[in-house]
Amino acid sequence: MHIAVCIKYIPDPEAAFSMFSIDEQAKKVIPASGLKHVVSPFDEQAIEAALRVREQHAGTRITVITLGNELSRNALKHGLAMGADDGVLLADAAFEDGDAYTTAITLAAALKKLGAIDLVLTGRQAADGDTGVVGAGIGELLNLPVLTFAKSIAVDGKAVRVERVLDDGGEIVEADLPAVVTVSNEIGAPRAASLRETMRAARKPVVVWNASDLGLEANAVGAAGSRAVRECVFAPSKSVQCEIIEASSPEAQGAQLAQRLREARVL
Amino acid sequence: MNTILVVAELANEKLAMAGLEQLALARRLAPTGTVIALLLGADKAMAEALIARGADQVVLGTRKAFDGYNSDGWTACAAAIAREHAVTLVLAAHTPRGADLAPRLAFRLNAGCATGCVGVEQKDGTLHFTRASHGGNVRETLRFETECVVATVRAGVYDALPADTTRTGEIVALDTAPASRIRIIERQREDSGAQRLEDARVIVAGGRGLNGPEGFKVLEPLAEALGGAVGASRVPCDLGWCSHAMQIGLTGKTVTPELYIAVGISGASHHLAGCGNAKTIVAINTDADAAIFREAKFGVVGDYAKVVPALTVAIKALPSL
Ligand SMILES: Cc1cc2nc3c(=O)[nH]c(=O)nc-3n(C[C@H](O)[C@H](O)[C@H](O)COP(=O)(O)OP(=O)(O)OC[C@H]3O[C@@H](n4cnc5c(N)ncnc54)[C@H](O)[C@@H]3O)c2cc1C
Repeated sequence: MHIAVCIKYIPDPEAAFSMFSIDEQAKKVIPASGLKHVVSPFDEQAIEAALRVREQHAGTRITVITLGNELSRNALKHGLAMGADDGVLLADAAFEDGDAYTTAITLAAALKKLGAIDLVLTGRQAADGDTGVVGAGIGELLNLPVLTFAKSIAVDGKAVRVERVLDDGGEIVEADLPAVVTVSNEIGAPRAASLRETMRAARKPVVVWNASDLGLEANAVGAAGSRAVRECVFAPSKSVQCEIIEASSPEAQGAQLAQRLREARVL
Repeated sequence: MNTILVVAELANEKLAMAGLEQLALARRLAPTGTVIALLLGADKAMAEALIARGADQVVLGTRKAFDGYNSDGWTACAAAIAREHAVTLVLAAHTPRGADLAPRLAFRLNAGCATGCVGVEQKDGTLHFTRASHGGNVRETLRFETECVVATVRAGVYDALPADTTRTGEIVALDTAPASRIRIIERQREDSGAQRLEDARVIVAGGRGLNGPEGFKVLEPLAEALGGAVGASRVPCDLGWCSHAMQIGLTGKTVTPELYIAVGISGASHHLAGCGNAKTIVAINTDADAAIFREAKFGVVGDYAKVVPALTVAIKALPSL
């Protein structure tokens, strides 16, 4: 079996937002220069999901793919150190400043070039743009079934079975391979890279493909191919003034809070 | 004239509020245009209710043909309607179902896609979609150079229209579901019997600061005294202290209660993405510097294990209004 995991390298989404600035002119969010980058957490969990499938199916090959600049090579390194077998870096100046649509087009072209993929995994959404569009887009472009928000994945013969997270419980769904599955945090913590795999990772193959390698016109990808036009970027305004309830003991604070909520007609 | 398609959802066998909010938004964006609602796996009374809330036409998939959500089937139905009526905008709620459907439908229709919107406005004849990114820390406003856009909108952004039973509309029945590559093996409904968080007027939510599953036992009497529901930040859900269905936030539920009491929750933007629109936020936290105090109207700096029971007793003792 061949599993491809699409991953994105992003500024640490759990860093305090004071580590970012908003450039309203350029309509971009700029991370502070020293800010650490990570594999987007749901994507890292997608790698974990692939590794768990491989534990059940020896001989499975796991390819990690990322669209980004040279820096994104670190995302592949991380995936390989977790245990993936090989990596694909999609890098081209023409890919820059794309949207979810061009990202899906580019990744779908790379998956096609890779050949017979049985299972495509992505995170449920990238933790910078938070769009959650790319996984579904890949499925539509490659005409594959898409199972979203997976909390567990099991491959059995020629089908994939997924436990999905819903807002009123969950469901178990199944589709024939090949299929696309997007992974949610409920799948659990990703493993840390082991020393052994980290050593081996340096020798694992990573190929670099550009737009022409993928047979994509430069104007179909990146900023030129985007469908979304960003009109503006801004920080949401906050205007709440907090009244701190002071009292002599926690018990008195509780009682005082009830009183204030009544006076403010909240209760 | 514009035609807008609204994908309505059911929750607990009833029309979900979010769908009614999208109808109100659709009516606002197309006051004289046509608003079509897609309602699958429901009955005629619900279709009529959608007409009363602003729909001109309801495509009603019967319960027999559409037993619950199926990504493939719903996408195919919505795509067929969108093509037939040259729909320019499709609106769905930003729920697991809406967020599953919208991007697939967008690619199928060659449309733009804006997920998790907190505002949709028409300016100079162009739709502008404002959505949250970067874990709720940023807003971006987008427009699309496509004939059609598919958008999901967060709950509580728009108010549903009051029901007007004098409104008339057409109901078109769909009694066969399109073929699906996805097989539903089992549905696990979380039937706590309790109130849905999405509908609750009061929510008491617990975070890592509860220090264990027993902490929720301290919150429950408070929620009960307030006639509210208990929710959580992601951490206790991930740690198995409570059910995943209780998660509020960016990738959990979007809730808009009158009163939101955040207990042992630090106030990460990812969490606030799901509760920031609550009318009044109250924070109980041992750390006076916690970010949640920047969002709260009332705050108590203290140990929840002592503060919450006292608050519960005091609330029960309040004279009724
Ligand atoms: C991509 C992404 C998506 C995410 N989506 C979500 C989401 O949907 N929902 C969500 O909630 N989170 C989400 N998160 C996680 C989020 O970033 C935070 O990590 C999380 O919300 C923190 O949860 P918490 O406030 O319960 O825990 P913490 O941040 O650890 O805060 C615990 C708080 O409890 C207080 N405390 C400790 N002891 C006590 C006591 N005895 N009494 C009172 N207070 C006490 C502490 O002072 C602290 O402020 C997401 C993260 C990422 C990266």
